[in-house]
Amino acid sequence: MIWRMVGQRLALGALVLLAITVVIFGAIELLGADFAQQRLGQSATEETLAALREQMGLNRPAWVRYGAWIGGAVRGDFGVSMANNRPIADLMAGRLGNTLFLAAFAAVMSVPLSIGLGLLAALWRNSWFDRAANVGTLTAIAFPEFFVAYILVYLIGSTGLFPTLASIPPGATFLERLHVTFLPALTLTLVVTAHMMRMTRAAIVNLLASPYIEMARLKGVPRARVIWRHALPNALSPIINVVALNLAYLVTGVVVVEVVFVYPGLGQLMVDAVRTRDVPVVQAAALIFAAVYVILNLLADVLSTLSNPRLMHRR
Amino acid sequence: MAGSLLLDMRDVHIEGRSGDAWLPIVKGVDLQLHRGEVLGLIGESGAGKSTLGLAAMGYVRGGTRISRGEVTFDGTDLVTAPESFRRGLRGKRIAYVAQSAAASFNPAHKLIDQFCEAPVMHGVLGRGEAERQAVDLYRRMRLPDPEGIGFRYPHQVSGGQLQRAMTAMAMACKPDLIIFDEPTTALDVTTQIEVLAAIRDIVDQSGTAAIYITHDLAVVAQMADRIKVLLRGDEVEEAPTREMLASPRQAYTRSLWAVRSHRRPEQPPAREAPVLEVRAVSAGYGAVKVLHDVSFDLHRGRTVAVVGESGSGKSTTARVIAGLLPASRGEVRIEGRPVAPSFKARPKEELRAVQLIHQSADTSLNPKQRVREILGRPVAFYAGMSGAKVEARVRELLRMIELEPDSFIDRLPGELSGGQKQRVSLARALAAEPRVLICDEVTSALDQIVAEGILKLLDRLQRELDLAIMFITHDLATVRAIADGVVVMKGGRVVDEGTKADVFTPPHHPYTELLLSSVPEMDPGWLDRVLEARAARA
Amino acid sequence: MTAVLTWAAWVAGAFAGAAALGGAFRAVVWRLLGGPVARAVRTMPLSAAFGMAVIALYVVVALLAPWIAPFGEREVVGGQYLPWDSTHWLGTDNLGRDMFSRLIYGARNTVGIALATTALAFGVGAALGLTAAATGGWVDMVLSRIVDLLMAIPALILSLLLLTLLGASIPNMILVIALIDATRVFRLSRAVAMDVVVMDYVEAARLRGEGLAHIVRREILPNAMAPLIAEFGLRFCFVFLSISALSFLGLGIQPPTADWGSMVRDTATLITFGDITPLLPAGAIALLTVAVNFVVDWQLHRASGLKD
Repeated sequence: MIWRMVGQRLALGALVLLAITVVIFGAIELLGADFAQQRLGQSATEETLAALREQMGLNRPAWVRYGAWIGGAVRGDFGVSMANNRPIADLMAGRLGNTLFLAAFAAVMSVPLSIGLGLLAALWRNSWFDRAANVGTLTAIAFPEFFVAYILVYLIGSTGLFPTLASIPPGATFLERLHVTFLPALTLTLVVTAHMMRMTRAAIVNLLASPYIEMARLKGVPRARVIWRHALPNALSPIINVVALNLAYLVTGVVVVEVVFVYPGLGQLMVDAVRTRDVPVVQAAALIFAAVYVILNLLADVLSTLSNPRLMHRR
Repeated sequence: MAGSLLLDMRDVHIEGRSGDAWLPIVKGVDLQLHRGEVLGLIGESGAGKSTLGLAAMGYVRGGTRISRGEVTFDGTDLVTAPESFRRGLRGKRIAYVAQSAAASFNPAHKLIDQFCEAPVMHGVLGRGEAERQAVDLYRRMRLPDPEGIGFRYPHQVSGGQLQRAMTAMAMACKPDLIIFDEPTTALDVTTQIEVLAAIRDIVDQSGTAAIYITHDLAVVAQMADRIKVLLRGDEVEEAPTREMLASPRQAYTRSLWAVRSHRRPEQPPAREAPVLEVRAVSAGYGAVKVLHDVSFDLHRGRTVAVVGESGSGKSTTARVIAGLLPASRGEVRIEGRPVAPSFKARPKEELRAVQLIHQSADTSLNPKQRVREILGRPVAFYAGMSGAKVEARVRELLRMIELEPDSFIDRLPGELSGGQKQRVSLARALAAEPRVLICDEVTSALDQIVAEGILKLLDRLQRELDLAIMFITHDLATVRAIADGVVVMKGGRVVDEGTKADVFTPPHHPYTELLLSSVPEMDPGWLDRVLEARAARA
Repeated sequence: MTAVLTWAAWVAGAFAGAAALGGAFRAVVWRLLGGPVARAVRTMPLSAAFGMAVIALYVVVALLAPWIAPFGEREVVGGQYLPWDSTHWLGTDNLGRDMFSRLIYGARNTVGIALATTALAFGVGAALGLTAAATGGWVDMVLSRIVDLLMAIPALILSLLLLTLLGASIPNMILVIALIDATRVFRLSRAVAMDVVVMDYVEAARLRGEGLAHIVRREILPNAMAPLIAEFGLRFCFVFLSISALSFLGLGIQPPTADWGSMVRDTATLITFGDITPLLPAGAIALLTVAVNFVVDWQLHRASGLKD
């Protein structure tokens, strides 16, 4: 039963992913400029334009080009950049890894921190800690990423402990990478932790109002055990959702942070491509970001289904 | 039968926070309980009975506090005792059984794990002993499959069984005192009787003291040695059960007793054609069939009570008639003409002919509209009136429902009591000048005295306006009070039908018999009698 | 290390100052106004009072920008990156324009554009969300699926994609951000309306034969108002941050219009020399979002408190 539900979710996720490719492709069809025109500039003659269109396959019907695009994307072939004619796959190769590395680094720092703090805030509800956390997180949520980033650059960059330009030297070891990406990762951590902590707290506080929590206390269960044994197993599902939501947020938050720290990631590449209106690159980057986002949300969906006792143990 | 003094609550005051202020919930109540004794705590909603019951455990809910008084349990004042001491008592020497077992069991753990938690944690029993204890208690609570049921999760067990499992859990450490907080209120009558019997037997056998909280006099009569009546946080009176039932001293208590006295004179059977005909209606939600072949008639000036337990399809029948749930087969006729299955396809005249009144007055009035608009809109909408005419009609409607127009016309629903809200929704229905009134459990959420007022009002309006009323209820006392005809439903089918006299006079249909015999009566010997009779027949 | 300590002192000072501002604002408003407003103001937390004071300040600055600013918005008044002095209080930017004046004009441009975008997103999203909830059926299905799909693509990524295709300009950015945020507004207002739609009084209105317009306007909207107002505040913050992020990336509000996001980008290099000038426009963004957040948080708290 439960596995059928998981199967359904996975199938739905695949469907969403497919629909997203249609949206991305369709948007370009509807709004996109003429690739050939852009490539050759205004001075191009009709003949050269037609020849290039023919060569790029722009004369084929939309669904054929869509099929070709998807077919290529599945094999890792995203076509060539309009700006420099290099294969997009080569441009993105190392960058996707860098971006995921940065996001993972931030996640490793922020997830335990925010869940821990959220639990404490829920446990000590309405204490000075809770109030300070409320004001603090509300403030942090309101900060644009680049504000947090530049504050860190100003504060920590001046000490020289960590580099403010996160360029990765070739052949860098794991530790060197951690050192170089520390400031961007810390920026992301600060931004996401506030969100995640508030949502964790809200999920727990919501649960603490349940009759079964009161029942546990009326059985003489101590406070810590109430949280640990009675609230947490039920909070698992909402917390997983909170984490996934924020990890998905990390994936986009990374774009701005990469630009601030000049980090060679996918976000940086995409922003550059947007500026030069290099449509194939933007298209490919958008597809990859969207895919990561959808997969994370899907993962959360499946995990929270699996952690819900009512769904796990059906009648 | 009474042993030494176990619980001594003196001058207990409890307050609840409302904004900046503390409002009294319990206003100086004394309560004494001896070992092995069962005290019934009775009162209407807002009487403070649950709050007082929890205070007996030294426990207050968030946002409330014990502002004065002592709660002495076996020699120690729980109000001043440290929290660790109170925690040591809870679940071990004082246990609690909540109203909704479904919500009070943790969905993440198996029943037996929740059973074993208190005895193992308090060091009363080892895990193995606790599990054996659980099976023993499950058996004594007459739960099916006592060895296996503990290894299920709460959502895999029915409501009545959960309530018994929760009572078993409360007995885990053989406590000196159990607080039962309306343990059967959420259950159907036929389930309630089993749970009541199980609870009473186990309390008798174990000799534990108990506080039994309920709003149902007939229930408390079966369970308690003594009864204490509360009203808005004050004690009204207290007496041994038989004495209290035979001769209540206070006027308020007598009014509680007298509530079921309203009885409408029976009407002669109607001769003319029915106003509403339900013909072989079947309906469902998607693939799930809820109604099977339901038929009955409704006549002008008559009331048909549709009775059944939850899930019997009585409200669904109302929704089919109103057109909210189109029938998959069969038809509904109003004044002889078939009407469209969906309300969306019905013309205004047919819509106004049938008016539905919902159970919960809280959700049936728009909280942002004043009474003037709530009643004025249907008046303007149906009768096409405007301006001063609407106002005059609204005032007339308010007088019909016995609310003073000047003081009520500009109120918001939030400024009305539960009974007044239900009256306003009645007036909204009347504004359409309907032929048929469908009342869906309209008195169930109300306190008995208030409900009584609504029933009398309905009765008067029916005579004045010659209304046909379909009255849906699960409460047989209400049926006795107001019905001309009765339709008994079970599992989406009509199982018994006839005039009130037909249905209520033996020999009964077996299910009607079960329903009738399950309704608690004031007589303290009722439960024993019913159980004996059933045992004899089995 | 000393930098961190100094900074900590600054932060503490900022909090104290914020609390004092909030307290003063609360006291003044309480004195000036009467009736129920005064009561609400008197009991509001310092954070909310601070938020309101800041919002009021921004409104005043935005409205009076040409009279407050010492120099013109686009005027080149001196050398590049001049340090802070008595003429140019906050120095000059990469083209030699007065930072302080641009900061003031930025209030007008950035906040104004964000407000317009929010209003657009909100109008479209809320209208469709309420209608979807009230209508149900296939209308609801189709709209919800479209919104689900658009929300399955990360907001920033979708806006980057659309801006690439449309080209970066202020009207395009307003359209793109409004479209993206309208999906979020749709989802919330639909959810809020769904809670109202299941109420018996809505059913009663339907059974009476009322049309869609009456049901949305008279039955649903009044009961969905409180959460929608709070959502407007939150939505404004998100829109404001999105616009700032895009401008910071060079894809939003275009030069020479003074805008806080692009001002950060223009002066960013200074930060590596220990000059905090780029932090000022960024801080201006943060301060306003913090302020709005505080007020919304208070409103939500009040709304949930009144229900209990």
